[in-house]
Amino acid sequence: MADTDTGDNRKSMSIIVTKGSLDWAYPPFILGTTAAAMDVDVTMFFTFYGLPLLLKKLDLQVTPLGNAAMKMPLGGMHMTMPNVVGMIPGVDAACSVMMKNLIKKKGVASIEELREAAQLSDVNMVACQMTMDLFEYDLGDMIDGIQLGGAATYMENALKSDINLFI
Amino acid sequence: MADQTLDAKGLNCPLPILKAKKALKGVPAGGTLEIEATDPGSVADFEAFCRTTGNELMESSVDGGVYRFLIKHVA
Repeated sequence: MADTDTGDNRKSMSIIVTKGSLDWAYPPFILGTTAAAMDVDVTMFFTFYGLPLLLKKLDLQVTPLGNAAMKMPLGGMHMTMPNVVGMIPGVDAACSVMMKNLIKKKGVASIEELREAAQLSDVNMVACQMTMDLFEYDLGDMIDGIQLGGAATYMENALKSDINLFI
Repeated sequence: MADQTLDAKGLNCPLPILKAKKALKGVPAGGTLEIEATDPGSVADFEAFCRTTGNELMESSVDGGVYRFLIKHVA
């Protein structure tokens, strides 16, 4: 794991992952996998709504609600999504399908793909124990190779990291 | 002629970099990896990747929307 093969000059990064929607899942996984590819030791700490990103089966959704800047390309234009539209049943699901189609069409990796890359490149993924208890998740529902930890586990890691991000 | 080639055409950030890193593991030290990509962002990204990892970017060119990179596996 990251700690044991650390060379003298290796850089390290920690990311606190707090959000688990389709759009918010991208920044931590893109940066985590890319940093690992650039020989950085990476720890990702999944807490609150970020924790379900460690579930074996992902079904990520995106919502226009509270997402004031969200604009989707449509026929050469960009369509805004007013909050009142987001409240209509089915709009979240439609938005999610639309974004997943765009992701595929534009050659953007799926979150599943990036997560697998993170596992293969020895990214240290830590599940927040308190969130596991709070939202009643079972370690058996999570992907293999993750660790459990709390705030002190994160802090120990963050204190010796070159970069610490909260996403 | 590169020791290994990687077709990253049609892939978007960060996949060309992730796949290049994976491919480099199969290239012996001193060997070369040739990458073809269509992501315009990969030009700056492969420069940054090589500067940071110590691998050598020997060539970076573009022809008809296809970017071509030649990386020497140093580290």
